[in-house]
Amino acid sequence: MISELIDKMFPRNKGNTYKNSREQAKNRLKLVIAHDRAKLNPGMMESMRREILEVVSHYVEIDPQEMEFSISNDDRMSVLIANLPIRRIKNSKPETTTRSKLEKPETQKTSK
Amino acid sequence: MTRIITITSGKGGVGKTTITANLGTALAQLGKKVALIDADFGLRNLDLLLGLENRIVYTIIEAIAGECTIEKALVKDKRQPNLVLLPAAQNRNKEAVSPEQMKEIVDRISANFDYAIVDCPAGIELGFRNAIVAATEAIIVTTPEMAAVRDADRVIGLLEAEGIEKISLIVNRLRPEMVQLDRTIGVEDILDILRIPVIGIVPEDERVIVSTNRGEPLVLDERPSLPGMAFKNIARRIEGDDLPFLDLMASYDNLFTRIRRLFKA
Repeated sequence: MISELIDKMFPRNKGNTYKNSREQAKNRLKLVIAHDRAKLNPGMMESMRREILEVVSHYVEIDPQEMEFSISNDDRMSVLIANLPIRRIKNSKPETTTRSKLEKPETQKTSK
Repeated sequence: MTRIITITSGKGGVGKTTITANLGTALAQLGKKVALIDADFGLRNLDLLLGLENRIVYTIIEAIAGECTIEKALVKDKRQPNLVLLPAAQNRNKEAVSPEQMKEIVDRISANFDYAIVDCPAGIELGFRNAIVAATEAIIVTTPEMAAVRDADRVIGLLEAEGIEKISLIVNRLRPEMVQLDRTIGVEDILDILRIPVIGIVPEDERVIVSTNRGEPLVLDERPSLPGMAFKNIARRIEGDDLPFLDLMASYDNLFTRIRRLFKA
């Protein structure tokens, strides 16, 4: 609040052009560098996301709005982070859903 | 044991050549024998920054082709007896030199010096490979701009793939007043992303441009300047001294910015 007041008293610039410029730059950089390092283009990311989602959704129902899927970096090592909030566990057998030739259902079941 | 250091960045215009000229001069001032090698074929500029452009007779191309001896191609600096420059060719095709030829000539030169510092061209093509082929270590130059940091990251990856493990970072042309108000990324942000040790932080300063116009590296100026001190400190850190970094914020830390930071949400 006081910060806003000061900003009003001593306007730095018109509008919000500079606000969070540092954070913005850093976040965009982190993302683009993570992709550079992983040598993954956005198309590959998207198809990987779709395929993983497809496999996972045989067993659980994912909230597509809340899901997070990104490449990030940990000390010059790239990590794939998939955060898939589960709405509910599917009780029915995977065979009932439209499934692809990706996985054998038997192995998945036994590992459970 | 000669140290062969490549100064590289990926992106152009971040200050590689200026840093090469100043570090070479500063190391020579410390009593080291230094050879500066301009690997930017076709677009040589290191001679200009050192004020040696009128003394060039032969270039690295003639030395590689055997048209002159290496000693003849080396241009002695006017002020520092310990400093020489091996100029790049101005007129010939960039593709005229192969990495093998480059390695051979840099190795032969470096035998007589404490340091061989190679000024790398922008980009990551053949010129880059020529510049790093003989190097045992590298200094990455970046500026607080997104494109420069991104390119630096690419180059670090390429250097690591080439087996060059000793890599340090210079953050050039820092504008402390912008960092202070969170308008641009700062040194900590860059380090957080690149994860290599920092060896120097150089503030943006008009005097760097003025010294370039004169053909005299800023470290030679007797009047003290922040970038001049920063260059000298980098030279000493290369030599192994453990020096604290200059407080670049000090001159911008007035009452107004302090109040502003205090109330920052």
